[in-house]
Amino acid sequence: MFLIVLILTSSCIMSIITLQLGQCGNQIGGELFTTFIKDAHAKPSNVQVSANRNEQYTEEVISKFFTTESQSDKFDVPQARAVLVDMEPKVIAQICTEAKRTGKWMYPEKQQFSQKRGSGNNWAHGFCVHGPRVKEKVMNMIQQEAEKCDNLGGFLSLTSLAGGTGSGVGAYVTQCLRDEFPNSFILNQVVWPYHTGEVIVQNYNAILTLSHLYQSADAVLVMENDHLHRICTQLLNIKKIGFKDINNVICHKLASFLLPAVTQKYTDHRRSNAFGEVLEHLVSHPDYKLLTIKNIPQMSDTSKQFCTYQWHGLLKHLRQMLIADASMEEGIDWQVHLGDGSGIKHNQSLANALFLRGKDLDGIDVSSFSDPKLYPSWILPNTGVAVYKQPRIFNDYEKSAALVTNSRSPIGSLNHMIGKAWNMFSSRAYVYQYEKHGLTEEDFLDSFVTLEQVVANYNTL
Amino acid sequence: MTQSIVVQVGQCGNQIGCQFWDLALREHAAVNKNGVYDEPISSFFRNVDSRYNDPVDIPVGTGKGKIKSLKARAILVDMEEGVVSEMMKGPLREVFDFKQLITDVSGSGNNWAVGHKMYGVQYHDQLSEVVRRSAEFCDCLQCFFILHSMGGGTGSGLGTYVLNLLEEEYPDVYRFVTAVYPSAEDDVITSPYNSVLAMRELTERADCILPVENQALVDIVNKISEAIPSLKTGKRTYNTVSGDIKANTAITGSDGGLVKPKDEKPFDSMNNIVANLLLNMTSSARFEGSLNVDLNEITMNLVPFPRLHYLVSSQSPLYATADVNLLPRQLDQMFSDAFSKDHQLMKTDPKHSLYLACALMVRGDVEISDVRRNIERLKGSLRFIHWNQEGWKTGLCSVPPVGQPHSLLTLANNTCVQYSFIDLRDRFLKLYKRKAHIHHYTHITGMEAEDFSMSLESLNSIIQEYADLEKQMNNPSPPEPRLQVLT
Repeated sequence: MFLIVLILTSSCIMSIITLQLGQCGNQIGGELFTTFIKDAHAKPSNVQVSANRNEQYTEEVISKFFTTESQSDKFDVPQARAVLVDMEPKVIAQICTEAKRTGKWMYPEKQQFSQKRGSGNNWAHGFCVHGPRVKEKVMNMIQQEAEKCDNLGGFLSLTSLAGGTGSGVGAYVTQCLRDEFPNSFILNQVVWPYHTGEVIVQNYNAILTLSHLYQSADAVLVMENDHLHRICTQLLNIKKIGFKDINNVICHKLASFLLPAVTQKYTDHRRSNAFGEVLEHLVSHPDYKLLTIKNIPQMSDTSKQFCTYQWHGLLKHLRQMLIADASMEEGIDWQVHLGDGSGIKHNQSLANALFLRGKDLDGIDVSSFSDPKLYPSWILPNTGVAVYKQPRIFNDYEKSAALVTNSRSPIGSLNHMIGKAWNMFSSRAYVYQYEKHGLTEEDFLDSFVTLEQVVANYNTL
Repeated sequence: MTQSIVVQVGQCGNQIGCQFWDLALREHAAVNKNGVYDEPISSFFRNVDSRYNDPVDIPVGTGKGKIKSLKARAILVDMEEGVVSEMMKGPLREVFDFKQLITDVSGSGNNWAVGHKMYGVQYHDQLSEVVRRSAEFCDCLQCFFILHSMGGGTGSGLGTYVLNLLEEEYPDVYRFVTAVYPSAEDDVITSPYNSVLAMRELTERADCILPVENQALVDIVNKISEAIPSLKTGKRTYNTVSGDIKANTAITGSDGGLVKPKDEKPFDSMNNIVANLLLNMTSSARFEGSLNVDLNEITMNLVPFPRLHYLVSSQSPLYATADVNLLPRQLDQMFSDAFSKDHQLMKTDPKHSLYLACALMVRGDVEISDVRRNIERLKGSLRFIHWNQEGWKTGLCSVPPVGQPHSLLTLANNTCVQYSFIDLRDRFLKLYKRKAHIHHYTHITGMEAEDFSMSLESLNSIIQEYADLEKQMNNPSPPEPRLQVLT
């Protein structure tokens, strides 16, 4: 009897396939799987749930993100459900070695695609040249990975917006993915470059990517390097910040949303946070696809043990982070109130998903997140927020909350980015480099039109 | 991993090349302690079994095979024998492939036309064959680096001829040219002619030029030898006014290389600066780091308009100090220095002109937050064009140069480069108005008087384009209004 139940639960688990594209995507991917494994194998004494429950949870994490055996043989360690794509070999080689070195997980060997020559920060080179050239091989790998899943929950693609490979090839592969898996969920996690300093043509690359992803992905999850950097300095107290630190914050955010948690939408019917279900809830209208994640608390490991929080306080802060659109818990503007017409305009949402992890989950009042004033009038009352809970301690935080929100939050940065790209485009600077690979001025204009429309849509929410 | 081929033409090109290979070997030896033939080293070197006469390459494979014998991916071209034959006798002789060598005996007589129109045509097939041979040894050839001077005959004439040949036969492979510009007091009278004639080719045919001015190199060498008396006197003095200088770390030195210090020739320290430029520029493409910069990203980010591809470079630190306590300050100082006038490899001052774009290629123990802090600190004193206010490109390579904790190479597309070109034009016009020496050129078959006028025109238009952009420094053109969404 017990055995049957176990099989049933594990076969219900929807697996997620991760696509890692370009240097940034691959580096984040490597960190992300390590985060999952660390979480799954956290010391039982630290997770505060019964051994039985912990075992179930671990199993769910593993089968959601890893394969443990193929038809013919059993692996020594779980293999990530991932396809790795980069146009140059260095980064993939590095992360594969690092994964193997952990001894806890590894990448499948046949699902890595790299070439000798990068896209050189040129989106057109990635999209128009590399994309079509690598399509067959990459899609085959994805197909093979999909066949390993009993139950395919969807695709998570990790890229940056700034470079050429992640953004250009990423946009192209997402298109192909949409064609080949018309009914699967596709979430593109994109890293928004620093305002300055990484890649000079980043604004061009970003608008071209976002406008294309908007056509083919179900949702685009945006993380801004400038915000992540501030989290590292102000909350985590890191003095010398490297990309590893930034990526750790990204992975914390992703894991807080992707790791198992249970919703209680209907009484007596507990369901795990199926990837697609969350996305369907968050993106109820195809004009609005931009997601952000707000987390609380975030602090350095040494501070964690000295801190205790009450859910009431955490949620009060998190809600204010939402309406005042703060990217972290420090420096929140408490002057912003929910629209009585007067004062500063609050950050309007379309939908929210709240993930609560840790102790004392019973009887938490989350009604403040379903306030109708948070949402446009055409959202049915009390349907704006979906709540997912997990009693297991996450990342050593006794209590932690994550809010995935489809709101106006990224629009300010998007608007700024379009402005800068447009300014550059007006002088036609760098355009010849894109034309070399077959992109036209028309294509640029189409992208501008698409994104100006997105900005306008969110602004009329 | 991609490969690059270095084509060194003329006396200057070959001398720089020689220093470059010496330093590249030293750098890879320092990183690759087990002597394996791995990806980074394969970008500039072939691995062969030299017991055979025409050995085939030993592929990188798993990256764990031993180095048998390294051959530089180099093509050596000179129209006189001196420099090249000396190299072939010197300590680096094993590194060069005798089959990739083209020499003549009579020289180009400081005449661009002799190099370009006469030798170019005469050696066309041979050049093409040698390039083909070395290209076939590469499984993914990404870039040609062409090294030559602008003032002489062979480097400027034949060097630009090779450039044209490469463009024709390998249109998809990048062409980076390191061109050494003569000083105003150059002893070659016709050097302004040669430079201007060569520049027309560079402007039209190259993807990217790294112009280096002879005088700037002289000044940097002097600056360093003031700080390190030993360079001049041969004695090591450790307590100098400017603090303790760590031994053997000057950017001009080649200690630890194959070429013994006692063999050093007067130009060596200058050539070392240029060789370091090449090393630092390619480091991020060769070694790992948290923010890689491949060579194709350099043109992508720094060249907004196709003809304006002259990048002013600077390097810092010029030497490392021995006092470890100074390190944090030293890091910020490194960034400040790189933007100061006396660290530029051109005699120009980018701070007083307009940046179109700027790359920071950092090596060693530097994190992205250090770079960002310094950009914030410095950007107030630098002017960027209105549509590229955030025109910074960053590369982080984790392998530092030999003997130093970190280093910085900046590559700037800055309108200040026009002033060097204006100086050059003045010197050209002084001769050209009197039609001095023109007949030495026009009597070479294929050389027309028009070559002069068209080259001058090309130079004029480059200067004009930079000047027009610089005018936008103080009164930028009003932005076009953004697209409006109809509601």
